[in-house]
Amino acid sequence: MTKNPYQPMLATVVDIKEEVSGNRAIKTFKLEFQDEKVKENFSFLPGQTIMISLFGTGESMFAISSSPTEKGYIEVSVMKLGKVTNALHEMVVGDTVGARGPYGNHFDIEGWKKKNLLFIGGGIGQAPLRSLLNYCLDNRSDYDNLEVIYGARTSEDICFKEKFDEMQKQQDVDVHLSIDVQEKGWDHYVGFVPANLQRLNPSPENTIAITCGPPIMIKFVIQNLLELGFKENQIYTTLEMRMKCGIGICGRCNIGNIYVCKDGPVFSYDQLKDLEGDM
Amino acid sequence: MENLVLSKEKLPEMLTEIASKYALFGPIEENGVTSFKHISNSQEINLDYLRSRISPKDLIFQQTETLFTFSKGKEVKVNTPQIDEAKRVIFGIRSCDARGYSILDPVFEGKREGDYKDPFYTKKRNRSTLIGLSCNKPEVNCFCTSFDDSPASMKNVDILFTDIGEKYFIDIVTEKGKELIENLGNLFSKASEEDGEVRERVEQDAINAITRHMNTEGVVEKLEKMFNHELWQKTAMRCIGCGICTYLCPTCHCFDMQDEATLKEGARIRVWDSCMYPEYTMHASGHNPRPARMNRVRNRVYHKFSYFPKNDKIFACTGCGRCIDYCPVNIDIIDVIAKVKEAKI
Repeated sequence: MTKNPYQPMLATVVDIKEEVSGNRAIKTFKLEFQDEKVKENFSFLPGQTIMISLFGTGESMFAISSSPTEKGYIEVSVMKLGKVTNALHEMVVGDTVGARGPYGNHFDIEGWKKKNLLFIGGGIGQAPLRSLLNYCLDNRSDYDNLEVIYGARTSEDICFKEKFDEMQKQQDVDVHLSIDVQEKGWDHYVGFVPANLQRLNPSPENTIAITCGPPIMIKFVIQNLLELGFKENQIYTTLEMRMKCGIGICGRCNIGNIYVCKDGPVFSYDQLKDLEGDM
Repeated sequence: MENLVLSKEKLPEMLTEIASKYALFGPIEENGVTSFKHISNSQEINLDYLRSRISPKDLIFQQTETLFTFSKGKEVKVNTPQIDEAKRVIFGIRSCDARGYSILDPVFEGKREGDYKDPFYTKKRNRSTLIGLSCNKPEVNCFCTSFDDSPASMKNVDILFTDIGEKYFIDIVTEKGKELIENLGNLFSKASEEDGEVRERVEQDAINAITRHMNTEGVVEKLEKMFNHELWQKTAMRCIGCGICTYLCPTCHCFDMQDEATLKEGARIRVWDSCMYPEYTMHASGHNPRPARMNRVRNRVYHKFSYFPKNDKIFACTGCGRCIDYCPVNIDIIDVIAKVKEAKI
């Protein structure tokens, strides 16, 4: 029997962490493959994605938000928004989901060694960046300065808050948080992420900037990075599109002649700038 | 390979013979609409048709197909259904539709490095022998010759039948075709030189009868510079977004995957989808990369005349003319490409 690329493997939800509650709820799901061999051998690189199935509801593609240095499980961090994510948020520990992947390309963890990495995230867009950031923290000596600029609508919407607090305490990562509108007790920046970036004025010297967030944020972050002197090949982003097959056949995630599922999701601005297509 | 002829009165016998050894598919007319279906009785077949309304694409890439089944509850199980393993013969396919399969092959067969193979498509494709039927009288919107093809093309079939009056002239094109003919016993006789001449004349007459032509020269390069051209807005103003062009097209391959389930069990099913619908690309967040009809019309034209040539070195159009015939608002792809050629940039 030829392998059926559409049939997912089975995984158990072993832990659920509520990152954000309320209208824009975000949960991180820790998944363990049920097949021992798969559990042991499943490997991926930061930036890659996984198709999560809820049997009877459907499937959606998510960035793997855990680092490949964490063995035996994977994590996805999911905002409750559509049909599949609403059903996923109803899941409890012990439930079974389907998972197939990993898919797509990845961040250049080898090529970026000895460089400064600047992470610029907005909202749930931090999920794919988290995988890379945690990987870098686990291989801290391979990378120079690590800096995070992250923003959310309100303080309640900040994803992975504990980890940010921890990183700030450890002082080996510079973390700059922001929220859109002033709140009582908030002593960090107030304003949008691109503005915070401009204010912080990071040096492009030996630095790679990686950004992910809402399309409008990515647009202005890239614009500001260019103004700060970053070269096109120093700017990376990871894109999302509606996907069904995840393997470059079903036709819907194209930007021009490129399929985000297969040729992406990670792109340098160098690649994107000449790519004419609907984003 | 030696050419053969089959007397027309022996055709039912041949088809019965094929049906006894293979799963036989051919054009059948039902309620005035011809489409390709499984055939058990040679009487059902309709060879007077020119072009089936729905292309035989769905024999290989089914309109709906179960990708796997699952049981829910405490212990979840998933299972891939048995994919049809029967050897098939597709009889009476036109050269444009046979070419459609060749265009779909690189999409489903994963020919580029790192590509995935779709077993549902490839199994059916590999087990099918194609018996083509030349078009003696092409229709008004036929333009297969624009793609270096012919109404009696042997490029994408295993065997080609051409109606030369009292009999069919038979070109045996591939080893697979030869094997099938040898398997059918003594129904055929050797073609005479005159038969061959008639066959050539029929083909030439058919080519001459094609009046519409699409000039694709330089179109890929031109489209590179036309993404923001007003032509797309203008073309899209007429479009009502019905999607008929995508459903009838022999090379459109976009699909959706949907779950059909009860509380206990279910299946994930692949269904044809259409890039002409706004939901097709709509994100859960509400963001839609192709929110307007203009974006969708442009994407369809670019997919066929820019993205396909860039990725797979082939135009994703066979010149079958279905999208022209059935578009309710007369959007004419030949006309669109002509406007691309004329456009000032």
